[in-house]
Amino acid sequence: MSNMQEIDLVRCTLREANSQLQGEDATGAWIIRNPQGRHALAVGLNAPIDVVIDGQAGYYAGGMNKHANITIEGNAGPGVAENMMSGSTHVRGNASMAAGATGHGGLLVIDGDAGARCGISMKGIEIVVRGSVGHMSAFMAQSGTLVICGDAGEALGDSLYEAKIFVRGEVRSLGADCEEKDMTADDLAHLRSLLDRAGVSEYPADSFRLYGSARRLYHFHVDNAAAY
Amino acid sequence: MTDNTKKTPRTKPRFSATFDPFTISEIQRAAATGIYDIRGAGTKRKLPHFDDLLFLGASISRYPLEGYRERCDTDVVLGTRFAKKPIHLKTPVTIAGMSFGALSAQAKEALGRGASAVGTSTTTGDGGMTPEERGHSSTLVYQYLPSRYGMNPDDLRRADAIEVVVGQGAKPGGGGMLLGQKISSRVARMRDLPEGIDQRSACRHPDWTGPDDLEIKIEELREITAWEKPIYIKVGASRPYYDVSLAVKAGADVVVLDGMQGGTAATQEVFIEHVGLPILSAIRPAVQALQDLGMHRKVQLIVSGGIRSGADMAKALALGADAVAIGTAALIALGDQSPELADEYARLGTVPGAYDDWQDGRDPAGITTQDPELAARLDPILGGRRIANYLSVMTMEAQAIARACGKSHLHNLEPEDLVALTMEAAAMTRIPLAGTEWYPGRQGF
Ligand SMILES: Cc1cc2nc3c(=O)[nH]c(=O)nc-3n(C[C@H](O)[C@H](O)[C@H](O)COP(=O)(O)O)c2cc1C
Repeated sequence: MSNMQEIDLVRCTLREANSQLQGEDATGAWIIRNPQGRHALAVGLNAPIDVVIDGQAGYYAGGMNKHANITIEGNAGPGVAENMMSGSTHVRGNASMAAGATGHGGLLVIDGDAGARCGISMKGIEIVVRGSVGHMSAFMAQSGTLVICGDAGEALGDSLYEAKIFVRGEVRSLGADCEEKDMTADDLAHLRSLLDRAGVSEYPADSFRLYGSARRLYHFHVDNAAAY
Repeated sequence: MTDNTKKTPRTKPRFSATFDPFTISEIQRAAATGIYDIRGAGTKRKLPHFDDLLFLGASISRYPLEGYRERCDTDVVLGTRFAKKPIHLKTPVTIAGMSFGALSAQAKEALGRGASAVGTSTTTGDGGMTPEERGHSSTLVYQYLPSRYGMNPDDLRRADAIEVVVGQGAKPGGGGMLLGQKISSRVARMRDLPEGIDQRSACRHPDWTGPDDLEIKIEELREITAWEKPIYIKVGASRPYYDVSLAVKAGADVVVLDGMQGGTAATQEVFIEHVGLPILSAIRPAVQALQDLGMHRKVQLIVSGGIRSGADMAKALALGADAVAIGTAALIALGDQSPELADEYARLGTVPGAYDDWQDGRDPAGITTQDPELAARLDPILGGRRIANYLSVMTMEAQAIARACGKSHLHNLEPEDLVALTMEAAAMTRIPLAGTEWYPGRQGF
């Protein structure tokens, strides 16, 4: 795209790159060339701009994003889109651990697989993973939705609060207090719209199963001691 | 008839030192309820503490400063290493992190008013930043905790400093806890939790483990805040030499070291009483780590855990700290443990001085509660005045000691001004036992 504003990390520092993107008055479309796995790329963005990271990103790419739409053309390191508030982050490759950790809002799409603890402690973010996720995903997830088109590793949804988890493939094991739920028409509609927004058309919504909190650990009780 | 009972001496009831009445009541309570005791406040056991150190004062070889005439400065600058906007405090005693949720909105407001009046900072806690506390605190430190409740980039930028909480002295290795009684609708909304549940916060950060990750996390926080804010790292006292070294390596501007006397809003009693180091034993290793890295006074050290007076503050500074922080003492200054509440404490099964059910939300002083009626008892303006008074007294006490030692700034206090009263304190602080030039470990034994 010719009207993209270009930032080349071979020619400028991370600080210079981020400060150009972070202003509330930033506008338009941007491309970050030569990211070379740098950490903290495009963090703390504050305006509805489009940012393409043209390669691999290190830790915390797109951290604490508000409003911006970020696309990572390669793989992303740990904590991609951590604590995202709004906007979107699209990882074309795979994501490492803690993808979307503690996110409060917005949409995170991962075309490949995500590592361990995907969606850990999420607080309203919506995450769609086309591939599989690692162990302890959605650990202590508070609210929001995690959609896993592939398989889930061990202890999915451990100590879950009110977040919802949709899985199409195998679940290696469920964590404490996570159980399968019946899908309502609303759940199906929500899942359909998420798959649609993530550009996933190959999997029908009714091929997923829904998991949520059994809410047995919401209060301390002696009979739950073994679950803690 | 003769009264035999009077003549035959009987064995008096004798309590076991091992199974003392408190221990017995704990076993009985555990058997009846099936859940460990959860309470607030800090450890209640006797520990080596600042009381085990004394200042020497002036003599023929050291002369004092005039008490009311000669200057003894108290200011401190925090965050001089990397932050573009370091924090300037008029007195080196800060208010430690305590959340809205653990404390009422009135208590948070009072702390902000009092601290601002004397030119020092307050700190948020495990529950996010309220607009009220931002408004009432001229200098506000924003905690970055494993739970990340309410965490957002706007508050991060609104803060004057950021404190990455790795641990707390009352429970090094443990996460936060807030019981259902205190998860009111506002607290629940701020934390994105269902109302009334027993909240257990994570003990590890969700997106980093270890010092190398922490270094990257700090880079991210600095990038989000344009490298303006001082970044503190708070650790519970457990391996202070290594933790301080690693915090410096990870890029901290300030290290906060919290000893096991440190208060908490709610933690298992067994954790409070059996995990962590007394703050007295942790300061020297922490200072040593800074000195070994050439970072003493460049990375500032704030210590906390059982700080009660200007004397405690002066001793902590003499051991090499740059500032201290208080939690419990500030709550007492606000009215916690007040004898005027004796009847109400009695109804809760306790007495002034021993009240520790800060987890329970029924605090008659209106401090550790979310009950609107109880909280309304605390007048934030009066409370702020009490905090300001208390902080001023602490500062003046520390100045009195410093002048007596001939120091024109609190930071000029030094280990040579101190002696130890016990072998334990001497060993822990490397301060000579009073009347000797010796501490355990010196000269080989
Ligand atoms: C009511 C209460 C709530 C607390 N909440 C937090 C918290 O949210 N985060 C934290 O790092 N420490 C918390 N602490 C610990 C304090 O920040 C501080 O480390 C401790 O109170 C210092 O010891 P002191 O109470 O003996 O002064 C809390 C302490 C109290 C008393």
